[in-house]
Amino acid sequence: MTSDGNTAHESTGAAAGPGAPADPGAPQTPASLVRMANQIASNVAHKPHDVAVEQTAGHLREFWPPSMRATLQAYVDAGGTGLDPIAREALARVR
Amino acid sequence: MSRVRVVDLGTPAVPGAATVDVVVDGLPVSVPAGTSVMRAAATAGVDIPRLCATDSLEPFGSCRLCLVEVDGRPGTPASCTTPCTPGMTVRTQTPRLEKLRRGVMELYISDHPLDCLTCPANGDCELQDMAGVVGLREVRYGLDGANHLDGATDDSNPYFSFDDSKCIACSRCVRACSEVQGTFALTIAGRGFGSRVSASAGESFMGSECVSCGACVQACPTSTLQEKTVIELGVPTRSVKTTCAYCGVGCSFVAELRGDEVVRMVPDKDGGANAGHSCVKGRFAWGYATHRDRQLEPMVRERITDSWRVVSWDEAIAHAANGLKAIQAEHGVGAIGGITSSRCTNEEVYVVQKMIRAAFGNNNVDTCARVCHSPTGYGLKQTFGTSAGTQDFESVMHADLVVVIGANPTDGHPVFASRLKRRLRAGAQLVVIDPRRIDLVRSPHVAAAEHLQLQPGTNVAIVNALAHVVVTEGLVDRAFVAERCEADSFAEWESFIALPENSPEATAEITGVPADAVRRAARLYATAGNAAIYYGLGVTEHSQGSTMVMGMANLAMATGNIGRPGVGVNPLRGQNNVQGSCDMGSFPHELPGYRHVSDAGVRGIFEAVWGTTIDPEPGLRIPNMFDAAIAGRYLGMFIQGEDIAQSDPNVAHVKAALGSLELLVVQDLFLNETAKFAHVFLPGTSFLEKDGTFTNAERRINRVRPVMAPKSGRQEWQVACELATAMGYPMDYANAAEIMDEIAATTPTFAGVSFERLDAEGSVQWPCNDAAPHGTPIMHVDGFVRGKGHFVDTPFVPTDERTNRKFPLILTTGRILSQYNVGAQTRRTPNVQWHHEDVVEIHVHDAETRGIRTGDSVTITSRVGETVLRAKVSDRMPQGVVYTTFHYPGSGANVVTTEYSDWATNCPEYKVTAVELAPTSRAPVTEAEMHAEHQPVAGRP
Repeated sequence: MTSDGNTAHESTGAAAGPGAPADPGAPQTPASLVRMANQIASNVAHKPHDVAVEQTAGHLREFWPPSMRATLQAYVDAGGTGLDPIAREALARVR
Repeated sequence: MSRVRVVDLGTPAVPGAATVDVVVDGLPVSVPAGTSVMRAAATAGVDIPRLCATDSLEPFGSCRLCLVEVDGRPGTPASCTTPCTPGMTVRTQTPRLEKLRRGVMELYISDHPLDCLTCPANGDCELQDMAGVVGLREVRYGLDGANHLDGATDDSNPYFSFDDSKCIACSRCVRACSEVQGTFALTIAGRGFGSRVSASAGESFMGSECVSCGACVQACPTSTLQEKTVIELGVPTRSVKTTCAYCGVGCSFVAELRGDEVVRMVPDKDGGANAGHSCVKGRFAWGYATHRDRQLEPMVRERITDSWRVVSWDEAIAHAANGLKAIQAEHGVGAIGGITSSRCTNEEVYVVQKMIRAAFGNNNVDTCARVCHSPTGYGLKQTFGTSAGTQDFESVMHADLVVVIGANPTDGHPVFASRLKRRLRAGAQLVVIDPRRIDLVRSPHVAAAEHLQLQPGTNVAIVNALAHVVVTEGLVDRAFVAERCEADSFAEWESFIALPENSPEATAEITGVPADAVRRAARLYATAGNAAIYYGLGVTEHSQGSTMVMGMANLAMATGNIGRPGVGVNPLRGQNNVQGSCDMGSFPHELPGYRHVSDAGVRGIFEAVWGTTIDPEPGLRIPNMFDAAIAGRYLGMFIQGEDIAQSDPNVAHVKAALGSLELLVVQDLFLNETAKFAHVFLPGTSFLEKDGTFTNAERRINRVRPVMAPKSGRQEWQVACELATAMGYPMDYANAAEIMDEIAATTPTFAGVSFERLDAEGSVQWPCNDAAPHGTPIMHVDGFVRGKGHFVDTPFVPTDERTNRKFPLILTTGRILSQYNVGAQTRRTPNVQWHHEDVVEIHVHDAETRGIRTGDSVTITSRVGETVLRAKVSDRMPQGVVYTTFHYPGSGANVVTTEYSDWATNCPEYKVTAVELAPTSRAPVTEAEMHAEHQPVAGRP
């Protein structure tokens, strides 16, 4: 778990420093949705690709409200930087 | 001692089918083989005098009151320690026995105060009763000899006192502390005339290992151990059976009262979950219900910076309804939602989720299970088909091997822990998987065979390693798997788990646990006979919480440890009704009974009964609500009995979200941290005022009966009905029983449940329906609910939360015995004497390199925030791990926890936060400082 201090292991959404909240005032939605979608994808990535995509799509259909799916789909339409390929394909299946 | 004259048969029941026939005072009676003569007599309606015997404790044979005569045997044996034999003929009343008993009582009374009329136990004293029963008329020894009448009183415990002058040294208290509670804090010091009860080695009760469970007080036949409330108020005059409102054990209690004032809470011997035992919280810490901090009147304000204004119920309801409707008119149906409580009754929760679905018109409803056991619901549903534990608590008494993972039951579920310790003392083995050295690892007469002290965040790696051993060493129960599980998913999982990367040797580097220890633990689990897993939030509150639950389910299925007593996968659910809250459809994707909102057939059932349409799409989870609020798309909220501004992670983010709302309605007992952001405050009811049911961790539905009228003038379900009606959806019930009837009519697993049935049976464990009219203690007996058990591959995916040079330590959080959750209840009781502030525990080496000593103020800093706590140097955690609790709002434990969560359920990863600690001159924020942040109530000083 412990890195050698290399910032390559810093997690996303890093704070500006101790005591500073992680940008609570700005709409975190695209970044947090990307993180959540990528997390789902990484937990099924060991499956054959099509199975992983379908399981991710199924999860999004079953647990994500339409508003969240739409927000992330709009993000994909705008380029979808940082979105895992499995998650990207899954979103296409739930349009 | 308890006021209600509970039938006490003298000695414990003996299990077994074989019976033996005896005759007692001419009355024939048939009892299980091994039953004592005393209990056989009581069964026949003959009460043999006794003082040291009670049916919650093993017989002791010390008081010599219970002597009997047995045909064909010399002497006068003690009936409590004499087992029945076939054809035995017993006489309990003869001139010889009467003379002996009077003599024994004379000796007791010669060394006992004779102030009965002013004694707190007057009328409720077994010594007094026995003196009457044996016909004592004189004490020929006089009262001038050596005696213990100047014995001191120990008042150190806030809830009970120990008056040594009244002690008859019957040892009931000592035996209760050892047999029932398992703490072994009491002993008899000295011998002969010098025998006296001693807490630890002559300590005060408060200074000893006593955990204040009160078992000794309940066992005491005199006023030696006496509740201070009885001393103050007198003996209770009436009683009401109800259920505890603290943890997920769900202890049954008899509330003993004078009028509507509670004098004491006595654990119900017939309680299915607790069998007459309790902990300090349930038994003693109920004073918060009448605390001066209770906010009993509705209040409103336009802005959260305004003072509160006390208003009528009608005005408060109208203000809330109009505000919520206005938000929807401007921003859409989905712009509002709510959170149900895990501390309110099933009926109250059902009504709130109905209000949200029918009156709000959306599925934006969630519950605090989101942040604790939502992975349990997901994981067990995927594998077994039901979102709940598989056993009842009694099952542990049949276990040969118990695995405790990510749980600390002696603190979090103490009454279950007492039962577990009893089984461990009887020979069952224990494996603990936890970064901390919890008390169970080594405590009186209990020692774990293995303690796998893994690094936080590596649960899945270790469960995979255990399963790898099972599969590769030929320990799979092939017959069970072939009969009960899916062949294809098992085959796929078997190949996956056998991969070298899942071996104990390969995972040792990840988990920090030596491979040989993992192999020993796995072999124990697979070969012990009955092996049971008990787990808590140390499993679920991780980025792979759901995966870990499925991993444990895989392990249980692979070894055939499902479907009978002594085995199973058992979530130790935290709150009194978190199970019920989930059962009642508090999730945004599920209607009551865990049925998806997209299922048209299920929607049709509710639409027909509710007379409205239900949204077929899932709604927002709590973390999604926060994001949507900050994004300006979610602007109105109803929060029932939850303090998310203290309990949820990344408090800065939560507060930003709450601050973004245009209307927040809070229903609670007190003005809490969340209420600082509220525009409407609706007073709630404590468990002493509620009428309904709670469902505990073993799916046991227990009645909650009111001992006093609602102090606010409204039951909480009535308030939700009025709010729904004001929003245009008329909703009303005659009483809480009618709500449960509707639940039963719409939810197959509850079909047989009603207040009438619960009154008749005491409690039932769901499913309770035509197939199981008396409920279902053990699930998946003949088959899994989903048909065949489903195996799920569980690859280890490390959390994104990593330590580095800036934040080199891992913070994990938990609870302690005397405090509960955010402390709203326990902080308002004398329990603060045990824990008046949260502290951060740090390993001695980590403390040394930072110049930190016990008692120092330290900053705890993560990438999202910083707080200040006092440090405690400890060796209970491995180096690199720090630990704290979250019972005080000023502690700010959740100021530093992050937004990372379980991939499947968004259950927050409370157990893994990268932090750094450093000494500081700042002091921790006090409770008074936090309370001062509340706006005043207009017109109040």
